[in-house]
Parts: sequence; structure tokens; C-alpha cells
Amino acid sequence: MQNDVLKIGGQELASRLFLGTGKYGSNKIIPQVVEASGAQVVTVALRRVDPDQPEENIAAYVPRQCVLMPNTSGARNAKEAIRIARLAKAAGCGNWIKIEVIADNRYLLPDNYETIKATEVLAAEGFIVLPYMSPDLATAKRLADAGAAAIMPLGAPIGSNRGLKTKELIKILIEEIALPIIVDAGIGKPSEAAEAMEMGASAVLVNTAVAIANDPVAMARAFGLAVSAGRTAFLAGPGSVQEYASASSPLTGFLQD
Amino acid sequence: MSFLAELQNYRDFDFTAFFARGQDRDIDACLRKDRLTAMDFLALLSPKAETHLEAIAQKAHRATLQHFGKTVLLFTPIYLANYCTNQCVYCGFNITNQLDRKKMSMEELEVEARIIAETGLKHIIILTGDSREHSPVSYISECVKVLKKYFSSIMIEVYSLTEEEYRELVNAGIDGVTMFQEVYDAQIYSELHLAGPKRNYLFRLEAPERAGAAGCRSLNVGALLGLNDWRKEAFFTGLHAAYLQQKFPDAEISISTPRMRPHLGSFPPKVIVNDSNIVQYTTALRLFMPRCGITLSSRETPTMRDHLIKLGVTKLSAGACTAVGGRSHPEETGQFDISDDRSVAEMAAMLYKQGYQPVFKDWQLLV
Repeated sequence: MQNDVLKIGGQELASRLFLGTGKYGSNKIIPQVVEASGAQVVTVALRRVDPDQPEENIAAYVPRQCVLMPNTSGARNAKEAIRIARLAKAAGCGNWIKIEVIADNRYLLPDNYETIKATEVLAAEGFIVLPYMSPDLATAKRLADAGAAAIMPLGAPIGSNRGLKTKELIKILIEEIALPIIVDAGIGKPSEAAEAMEMGASAVLVNTAVAIANDPVAMARAFGLAVSAGRTAFLAGPGSVQEYASASSPLTGFLQD
Repeated sequence: MSFLAELQNYRDFDFTAFFARGQDRDIDACLRKDRLTAMDFLALLSPKAETHLEAIAQKAHRATLQHFGKTVLLFTPIYLANYCTNQCVYCGFNITNQLDRKKMSMEELEVEARIIAETGLKHIIILTGDSREHSPVSYISECVKVLKKYFSSIMIEVYSLTEEEYRELVNAGIDGVTMFQEVYDAQIYSELHLAGPKRNYLFRLEAPERAGAAGCRSLNVGALLGLNDWRKEAFFTGLHAAYLQQKFPDAEISISTPRMRPHLGSFPPKVIVNDSNIVQYTTALRLFMPRCGITLSSRETPTMRDHLIKLGVTKLSAGACTAVGGRSHPEETGQFDISDDRSVAEMAAMLYKQGYQPVFKDWQLLV
């Protein structure tokens, strides 16, 4: 279990919690939140990155030892996502990119079709592409074929804190897709993060639940512990859930007599 | 098919009877729901809802926190020109008002842009009066080219354009359009807009749709409160926003809640809209459209602005100035008097003090 690392894009990650950076009352708290959570991958919307203003530049608050994963928040189609990814790289944000293509602001659900198109182009350009998607097996397969480094299905709509509403669909992705499955969006409580990890997700990404907590640092710590606990439980191999009590003298015991 | 068709559904609607029927349990029911209908929204705007304002405000606060976090976007207006051909009785730029008419040259604009950029702001809204002769689309486009060097998001608040003209400006680099209908009641609209192209109610009503069709990513609508019964105007503004969100799901829809301020020409408001009304409007909007932006200008006082952040407002102007070139020439006359003249740094400090992050940049110019 000590060698349990998550490998993405040539990086070996000991922590399986990824953090978002939107919604905080001050960027100054981000280093403390990251430290308390143990997260090693932190995502930042390029739309918020402002190198002209060091004091207010969100990217400057991501600890140096972390992988900075810019995201394409605000992209309405593949073309805009590709443009944002290239601008992020040019701005010195590295070559990881979380693709977020949202064409519906009412539900903030991703556009899987445009996401596949953007993944194809950006993976071919050498980006480490982590696409955010609505959990769908056919899409996940196409994203894998397009060169995605991991698949990031949503647990519930972004910022909703509703938990693992898409659990059954995510389970299928975990079973069928060889890439890391990272549950992104919707996780509102540490117990839900633990649940995702127990069922075999490779990692989870959390933002709102931490950022709007009364004590974001303490909540970040709780999420770090929950993800770690969930992962440990998964590796330990939990017993299956039974509908009825399991008799210690089973009905077919006589066959062994 | 445009928003006009939806507005016409309410042509014979009896608002007075609806408000008279309102019961406490209707408001309670609204507060238990996740998604509100248009009639729920109207119930929240009703006189009956006034007695439930605290409960509505609590829910609006939670929804705002959930969807926007502890962040507020800061922006500032730049008045490019004040030449105008309209006679809007309530406006300081009205053609019949005696004031120095001015239009910024590209050199003057550059000076103004530098002054603003030094404050750290990256979002600006540019305004002109309604004069195609003095402020043609080609002039606005030229201004956008200058401003792109300094800012990452440029919104326009100018006269109504055709879809083709909006597209031209989108290609030049604007990403948003603000268009206030001023008053949705067509009869009152015609009484208040005595002359000029703005008399064309429908061309203005449908302008946000043309901007959306032209690929504008951000659309902001609003009614100028004080010209008609605010509850009706608030209702139609919310419906307009919801209609635009439905028609352009990938656009960011925002609503402004401007109240009439004293200005040169001194047309008194026909209806007094008090602070409590503004709170009711803001919180009702937040519950009706949980994700929409709510923009609050410096027409409001510092006290109101500081408190409304928690109740749904997501965008605040800072270091505002409503005169053409007013930052380099503070003696110029503005379109209206501002009530909150705090600088960008003061606004940022106020937000941090309340536990909110002032967001200076929330878009990346892609053109």
C-alpha cells in the first residue's frame, strides 16, 4: 500500500485529492488549504489568471511543489477550449489541461461531443489532457482513444454539493476504462469523497465544498483524510453488501458433510 | 418569435388581483422549492413577500454562496462619447440638455485606459450616447482595439445595433452587451422617449437577442427603476433574463437593478423605489435565476452596496465615472451622479473585510 501512487502524465502522485481554487474569499488561504489537504494537483481557471497583478494572481498562490492544472472554464465549444489551453501554456502554466466545455449555463453540464474534439487536438499537441465529462461509457472510450490522460466524470452538477448522483454510471467507467477515473464536481462532503474512492475511483477533485465551508482549512484536511480512508478501504477489499443476514450455518452446509 | 411574444402573454394579466390573492403559504412554498416558476418569482416580488424578507434573504445568500462562492467581480465604466440624438426625459445626455458634448480621441482613450489599468481592473464597460453620426460602430470598434491592450473583458452599453453590427464588434473583441430596456411597459416607454431612434421599443427589446445571435458571450439586461411600478418591471426583467438564458444557454446572463438618481435635467422618478424594495428585487432574482449575474452600479450608496453583496450581487463597479474622459478631466459633467465614489482599492479592501475576494479578471480575451 505504501507504493500506491497514481500515475498521470509522467507524474507520480501520492495524494488522490485534487483541489479547485475558485470561490475562496481570499487567494491567500489557498496555500494553507492545499497543505492541510495534502493535494498535489491544483486546478486554476485561466480566465482568472492575471500575471499583471502578482497580489491578486490566483496562480501565484498555488504552492510550487504542486502540479498546476489550468482549466478551460468559460469555453463554450472545442475551439474556445483549444484556444484557452494554448494561451495557458503560453502563459507558463505547464502542459496539463483540464478541459471544461460548457454550453449550458443553467446546469453547467459539459458538452461531451465538443470535449472529445478538444481532447483529440490538445493530446496530439502534447498536452496532458484531463477532460471533464458527463459520465457516459461511449464518450469515455472515445476520450481514451483521443489520448486523454485520465477521465473526469461529474458526480453531480458543478457546485451543487449533491454528492455521487451518477454513481452507477461512474462505476461502469471504473470497470471499463483503463485510464484513471477522477470524480470531478458535485462532491459536497468528505463521506462522499470516501465513497467515490471506496468504489475504485482513482482520485476526486473538490472545490466548492472546501471553498465555502466556514473553515476551509479544516474542511480541506477532512477531505484529505476521507480520500485517503476511501482509497485504503478500496485496496483492503471491502466485503460485499448482502441483502439478508448471512447465516453462519448455511443452508447448503450439509453438502460438505 | 422574440421576447415580445412572451411579454404579450401578460398583456391582460391582472397584477393587482394576483398581489391581493397572495398568502403567506405561497411564499413558504416558494422557499421550499429548488426551481421557481414565473408565478413563484412574481409571488416573491409581491407586497405579501415583504413580511418574509429575512427568510428570502437567507436563502438568497446561501444560493449566491453556492454558485459564486465568496467572490465579487469588479469592473468600471468608460464613457467614450456623450453625443445623443434621443429625448429620454430622465437622462442627463438628453439632446435638449445643455452640456458640453464630447467624444474621446484614440489618444485620450489611451490615457483613460492607462489610468484605469493601473488600478488592476481587467473588466470594463464602454458607453456612448445614441448617435450613429458621432459614435458609429467603426468608432466603437476602433476604441475596442485600443482597449484590448489593457483589458481582458470589454462589454458595450451603447445604442441598439443590428445583428451584423454586433458580430462586427464581437470580432473586434467585445464579449458582452448591456442593454437596459429602461421600462418594459410599452405605453410608458413611448411617453418617456419623446424623440430619436430609441423611440423604437421593439428594436431595443430585441437587441439582446441580436447580440446573442451574433455570438456575444455575456448579455446583461435591466429596467431603470422609478419609471413604472417596480414590481412589474422587476418581473419582466427577470422573465427577459430567463428567456435569454433559455435561448442562449451558453451565454452568461446578468441583470442590473438600477434606480433613478438625480441628474442634469432633473426628471423626478415617477415611483419611489426604496431600499427594502431593492433588497426584495435582488433576493427574488437570485432565487428565480440562481446562476445569473447581478450587477450593481455606483448609483447605489456604499451602505446598500456593502450589504447587497451577501444577498445576490456578483458584480460591482469601482472607481466609477460617468463623464466622457472624466478620469483625466474630473471637471466634466456625468450622465448621472454617483453615490459611491470609492476607488478600486477601497472597494477591494471593503470586500476583503467582508470575507469576499475582489475578482479583477474573470475572462480571457480570445480574439
